[in-house]
Amino acid sequence: MDIGTVDQIIDKHHGEASSLIQVLLEIQRQNKWLPKTVLTRVSEKLDVPMSQIQHITTFYKTFSLVPKGRHEVHVCMGTACHVRGAERILDTVEEVTGVKSGETDPDLNFSVETVNCLGCCALGPVIVVDGEYHGNVEPAETVEVLKNCDCSCE
Amino acid sequence: MSEILLQIDGKKVTAKEGMTILEAARSVGVSIPTLCDHEKLAPYGACRVCTVEADARGTTNLVAACLQPVENDLVVRTRSEKVDKIRKVLLEQMLAHAPDSEELQELAQVYGADKDRFEAESSFCILCGLCVRYCAEVKKKHAVGFFDRGAKREIDFIPEVAIRECWDCKECFPLCPTSALQAAYVLTEALMSPPASSTKGCNSCG
Ligand code: SF4
Ligand code: FES
Repeated sequence: MDIGTVDQIIDKHHGEASSLIQVLLEIQRQNKWLPKTVLTRVSEKLDVPMSQIQHITTFYKTFSLVPKGRHEVHVCMGTACHVRGAERILDTVEEVTGVKSGETDPDLNFSVETVNCLGCCALGPVIVVDGEYHGNVEPAETVEVLKNCDCSCE
Repeated sequence: MSEILLQIDGKKVTAKEGMTILEAARSVGVSIPTLCDHEKLAPYGACRVCTVEADARGTTNLVAACLQPVENDLVVRTRSEKVDKIRKVLLEQMLAHAPDSEELQELAQVYGADKDRFEAESSFCILCGLCVRYCAEVKKKHAVGFFDRGAKREIDFIPEVAIRECWDCKECFPLCPTSALQAAYVLTEALMSPPASSTKGCNSCG
């Protein structure tokens, strides 16, 4: 993300320190992660110390301080999904994408993350791929979903 | 400012509006243990060892003396079985993180806290925030801050700021009730990238 875009986002929020989280959220949304240079710029323009920005960006899980893959996969490991075989689904996801939970591959294709409850236990096991929910998934269907999303972007 | 009348450990106390229980207690020579309190810093309420029992309007509450403002007819007990037990458990938990802290050990003696009660989890820092707040509020440098949350919460230096500011200051070191702060600084110093640190020059050769 270039500095011009960062400045635009900051200007949209009138460069107010109280808009810090909104600014960070928008950068996160567009760029999928928050590079150090960007944070430094935000710190200067909003006149918020870096320590506070680090505090906030490490507090909220929404923010990522490392690059994220083009596709984000969330596997629910909550109790309901767990008893319905979330473990096997996670294994499948890790196998197909070659990415361990909490990590991203070097080509930035996939980021895999486990979550503790998505609030739709009746659909378990649930995975979310690029924001789209897939309920009652079997390993075979998981492979399918992941393959599809991988093709669609190439 | 109007005067407030209250009772602390049976003593009648006249305090000013806006004072905390801790300040009122000190004004009459009653001491309440504190770990995260500092005269130059805004009250923070992190350690909770200043917890006291306070009766107001028919109910008894456990409050942090360093945060709680005084009010009329408040009856405060700074030592009671309940209060002592709370302090004891808090100290035991903190000692699991920082078993060698002298400040904690002294308090542990008073409250009979057993430093080995909880499995050692030596993070060394008890998250009192003294270093972070001193750097931000007094020095206004923001060189050290909190990272992460929950069980993983920790303090760390912002290397870019630390390299400019900390070398000649280090005023936060003596504030730390544990040895965590100094360790974090030493680590930061070691990790600072060579090109950046060379602008500072080394002590012996300039
Ligand atoms: S490093 Fe020391 S002063 Fe800083 S928060 Fe931890 S215990 Fe408190
Ligand atoms: S001194 Fe009151 S909470 Fe630490």
